[in-house]
Amino acid sequence: MAKFKGAIVVETEKCKGCSLCVVACPTGVIELARDVNAKGYHYAYMANPDACIGCSSCGLVCPDTVITVYRTKAS
Amino acid sequence: MTATTEINKIINEDNLVYKKTNLLLDNEMHYCPGCTHGVIHKVIAEVIDEMDIQNETIGVSPVGCSVLAYNYIDIDWQEAAHGRAPALATATSRLMPEKYVFTYQGDGDLASIGCAEIIHACNRGENIVVFFVNNAIYGMTGGQMAPTTLEGQVTATTPYGRNTALNGHTMKITEMIALLPGTRYVTRQSAETPAAVRKLKKAVRKAFENTTEKKGLSFIEIVGTCSSGWKLTPTQSNEWMKENMFPFYQLGTLKDE
Repeated sequence: MAKFKGAIVVETEKCKGCSLCVVACPTGVIELARDVNAKGYHYAYMANPDACIGCSSCGLVCPDTVITVYRTKAS
Repeated sequence: MTATTEINKIINEDNLVYKKTNLLLDNEMHYCPGCTHGVIHKVIAEVIDEMDIQNETIGVSPVGCSVLAYNYIDIDWQEAAHGRAPALATATSRLMPEKYVFTYQGDGDLASIGCAEIIHACNRGENIVVFFVNNAIYGMTGGQMAPTTLEGQVTATTPYGRNTALNGHTMKITEMIALLPGTRYVTRQSAETPAAVRKLKKAVRKAFENTTEKKGLSFIEIVGTCSSGWKLTPTQSNEWMKENMFPFYQLGTLKDE
């Protein structure tokens, strides 16, 4: 089991659905939502939250910097 | 414990590991989805924030997609005429030698229209940092051929691919600049993976730190994508860049004195 548990918060209204975070995520946490935001983009969300290790890869590659990453030690 | 409550427990200030730097303003970026400019803006803002030089930094924005860079990073900015950012930065850094001055230019602005300005600024060894974003195309005007367009690459003005007999050869501006004695640090980076972003950040920091030593110009080329101009999705653009651009524009540091 992973040593760390993580979680991300996506500012959905600013997300442009470029899916660079989806590709960057090493554990396959992120997917694009079926819903769209006000601009019509399929925003990123945590589809598989249990797998998140809080590595910040998604945050680093996000061109619009809409992802905030949290991380804690797994209990 | 349900999954949602567990996530809510993780999401609190004590566990924060990555958030948008305060130097990036809340304005929504006008760039297309997946544009490399966004990542580069973020990296520059983070480095300025970490070095705590917000009040001492002056940026010069170009003409091109990144013309509105001044809307996104909370520092002092000037807006130069097309290609003339190095001339404006020269004046700024000479008048205010204690400031950190940088230009942020695309390949149309730097390699084509402002070719003379950048070469002479580099040759004079001005004490500035230059960020050169190379996506091998004119993005803002609709994807026309730039000097940096690869041989055979299809653009709006080379619909059958760039023909070197007709359109000239692809220009490696960074290699040319590395030959000039006025430059101190010349490097080519990218920003498509987390590892590349971290490397880019180190390079940006080094370039800003060089400014304090006043020993010449620091030049960072960033190989980027233009998914709208290339007519690909952002993820396909990154793949295309790795396959086609990286073999020609090889990443790495060309000069570090």
